[in-house]
Amino acid sequence: MSESAKQLEQLLGRGYQHGFVTEIDSDTVPPGLDEDVVRLISRKKQEPAFLTEWRLKALRHWLTMKEPHWAHVKVAPIDYQAISYYSAPRSKKDGPKSLDEVDPKLLETYAKLGVPLHERARLAGVAVDAVFDSVSVATTFKERLAAAGVVFCPFSEAVRTHPELIEQYLGSVVPYTDNFFATLNSAVFTDGSFVYVPKGVRCPMELSTYFRINAMNTGQFERTLIIADVGSYVSYLEGCSAPQRDENQLHAAVVELIALDDAYIKYSTVQNWYPGDAAGRGGIYNFVTKRGDCRGRNSHISWTQVETGSAITWKYPSCVLRGEGSIGEFYSVATVNNHQQADTGTKMIHIGRNTRSTIVSKGISAGHGQNTYRGLVKILPSAHGARNFTQCDSLLMGGTCGAHTFPYVEAKNPTATVEHEASTSKISDEQLFYCLSRGITTEDAVNMIVSGFCKSVFKELPMEFAVEAQNLLAVSLEGAVG
Amino acid sequence: MGARTAMLSIEDLQARVDGKPILNGLTLEVGAGEVHAIMGPNGSGKSTLAYVLAGRPGYEVTGGRVLFEGRDLITLAPEERARAGLFLGFQYPVEIPGVNNVYLLKAAVNAARKARGLPEVDAFEFLGLVREKMALMRMEDSFLSRGVNEGFSGGEKKRNEILQMLVLEPRLAILDETDSGLDIDALKVVAAGVNSQRSPERACVLVTHYQRLLEYVAPDFVHVLVRGRIAKSGDRSLALELERRGYDWVAGEAA
Repeated sequence: MSESAKQLEQLLGRGYQHGFVTEIDSDTVPPGLDEDVVRLISRKKQEPAFLTEWRLKALRHWLTMKEPHWAHVKVAPIDYQAISYYSAPRSKKDGPKSLDEVDPKLLETYAKLGVPLHERARLAGVAVDAVFDSVSVATTFKERLAAAGVVFCPFSEAVRTHPELIEQYLGSVVPYTDNFFATLNSAVFTDGSFVYVPKGVRCPMELSTYFRINAMNTGQFERTLIIADVGSYVSYLEGCSAPQRDENQLHAAVVELIALDDAYIKYSTVQNWYPGDAAGRGGIYNFVTKRGDCRGRNSHISWTQVETGSAITWKYPSCVLRGEGSIGEFYSVATVNNHQQADTGTKMIHIGRNTRSTIVSKGISAGHGQNTYRGLVKILPSAHGARNFTQCDSLLMGGTCGAHTFPYVEAKNPTATVEHEASTSKISDEQLFYCLSRGITTEDAVNMIVSGFCKSVFKELPMEFAVEAQNLLAVSLEGAVG
Repeated sequence: MGARTAMLSIEDLQARVDGKPILNGLTLEVGAGEVHAIMGPNGSGKSTLAYVLAGRPGYEVTGGRVLFEGRDLITLAPEERARAGLFLGFQYPVEIPGVNNVYLLKAAVNAARKARGLPEVDAFEFLGLVREKMALMRMEDSFLSRGVNEGFSGGEKKRNEILQMLVLEPRLAILDETDSGLDIDALKVVAAGVNSQRSPERACVLVTHYQRLLEYVAPDFVHVLVRGRIAKSGDRSLALELERRGYDWVAGEAA
C-alpha cells in the first residue's frame, strides 16, 4: 500500500451522526405476523374494507413466496415473526391537528436530524412530512399546498380523505404480488406520504418526507404514492435515518409514481439509514421497491438517489415507459464503506413509441464494501424508436472492496438505440498528491475528488439536498481510501 | 553563497525511489529574490529533487537536510509545505474530473489562509483576482468551470500550473519542466507569468532540460545535475554553453 493510502486509512473516524435514540413512549404491537396483525394495523388506521381485504390478499400471497436470494449481497437470516409490524409514539392518538400538538420530543428529534418542522424555522419552499417509525407525525405547509390544489398528507390520512384515489391507484404500479418484500409491505405497510397534483398544476414548493426508524425490533414499511395528473409537475425529496444498534432492522418500503399526459415527477432520495459499525454489526436492511409509471404521453419520471447508509441496500427505482414519447431517468450515487453492501440500479421498460431513458450510476466502494450495479433496459416490440443511454462508473478506494456491474439489455425492436458506457477507476495517488501539494488536506482532497466523480448525479438534486448529499458522502467515506 | 541568508538551503541531500538512490549528496542554496535553473541530462535526478522538496510519497529522504525559511522541510507533510509557501509546478499535471478549476484554486487559497489564521477569501474578490491572473496567462473564462486539467491540451495544463502559482503567490516556486511540450507562443505566455512574480521576497527554481525557457526567464544561477548531485554551477552563460556542447563534458568533469 502506498504512503498516501496508509495516511488515508488512518483518517477513519467521525462515523454515523444520526445514531441516537429518542426516549418516547410507544404503542408497539407484539412481534409476529398473521391475519390478526394485519387486521389490527388496518383497524388502527380506520381503513375502508377494500384496503383491509387488499392487505389480507397480499399476506396470503406472501405466505406462498420465498425470500429472494439472487442479489449480490449476503443477508443474515431474517425472522419475520420476530419483527413488530406496528410502532407509534403513544402521544399521538388521532394525529396532531397542527404542529403545536406534536410531541416536543419528536420536534426535538427532527431538529437534531436537521429537519426542523416548525414552518417559520424551515427554509421556505420545502414542505415536510415526518414519518416516525410507523406513523406520520407532522406535515408542514399543508394550507399553502391546499390552496394550489395539491394534496400532500400522510398515507393513512389520504386513505380517509381520498379513498377513491387510493383505490384507483394503489398497487397499480407495484401490484401486491410483485415481489417478496413489496408483497410483505402491501400486507403490513403503516404509513408514508401521499401526493396528488391536479391537472396543470406546478407544485409551488418541493415536497419532502423524512423517515425515521426509532423503536427497536420493528420494521419500517412505508408506502408512498404520488400521482401527477395531466400537465402537472412535482419535485419530491425523501430523507432517512435510524439509531445506531447492533441488530439489523428491516426497512421494506414501496413507492409508486404515476405520471399522466405531459406530467413530470422528479423524485430524489438521500438515504442515510444506519449502516452498521466498522465490523459490520447492525445496520438497516433497506429492501425497497420503487417504480414509476409513465402512463401518459410525453410524461417524465426522474429518479435521483444518493445512497450512503444501510447495511444492505437492495433497490431498483424503475420506470415503465408506457406513454408515447415518455422519458425515464435514473441518476444514482451509491457508496459502500466498511461492510456495507449495495445491489442497486434500475429497470427501464420501454413500451411506448419514441420513449427515452437515461441511466447514470456512480458506485463508490471503500473498506470491505461491495457495490453492485444491476440494471435492465427492456425494449418491447411496440417501442419503435426507443432510445437508452447508460453510463455506469465505479470508483474503488483501497484493495479490499468490490464493484460489480450487471447490465441486462433486452431489445425486441430493431429501431431502438441502446448505448452503454462503463468505467472503473481508483482515486490515484497522483490526484491526491496534486491536491496536497496545493495545501489541501487528504480528507478535503478525497471529498473533492469523490464529489467530482459524482457531479453529474449531484447536479440533478434540488439545491437543499445537494449540499446535504455531499456532506453525507464525506462522512460515509471518511478515511476510506487508497 | 554562504554569506547571505538562504530561503532554501539543501545540504548533502540523499534520496531514493523504490529503493534506488537518485539524489546522492546534493547541496544547493537559493536566496530570496533569486531564480535558479536546474539543468541536466535525463535521469540525473531533476524531477526527483522537485518531488522530494514537495514531499511526494514514495520519495524517501535517506540523508542530509533541507531548511526552508529556517524550518526543517523534510519533517513537514506535503500540504504543510504548500501552506508554508512552497509550490510545485508539475511536469505532468493530473486530471481531476468533475472538480472545477476555480473550486480547487479556492480550496488551496483558503487552506493557506486557514493555516495563517485568516478568514476565508471573499468569493467575489477572489474571482476578480483569478480573472486578472487568467488574463495574464491568456486563458478564457471557461477555464474556471472546467474540471481540473480535464481534457486540457499539454499547453493548457502548463498554463494552468502557472495560473495556480500566480494565485497562490508562493515564496518559493519549483517549476518542473514547465517548458516541455510548449510551442513558442505558449512558452512566452508561461515565461511572462513566471517573470510577473519575480520579486525580492520570492524565489524560483526552474527545472529544465533545455535552455529555451531561459531565453525568456533569465536565471541568476544555473546548475547542472549529474547522477544526483550538482556537478557544475554558473551564471546564465553556463546554460548557453550546455546548449552548445551538450551534457557529456560536464558529466566527464564530474566523474
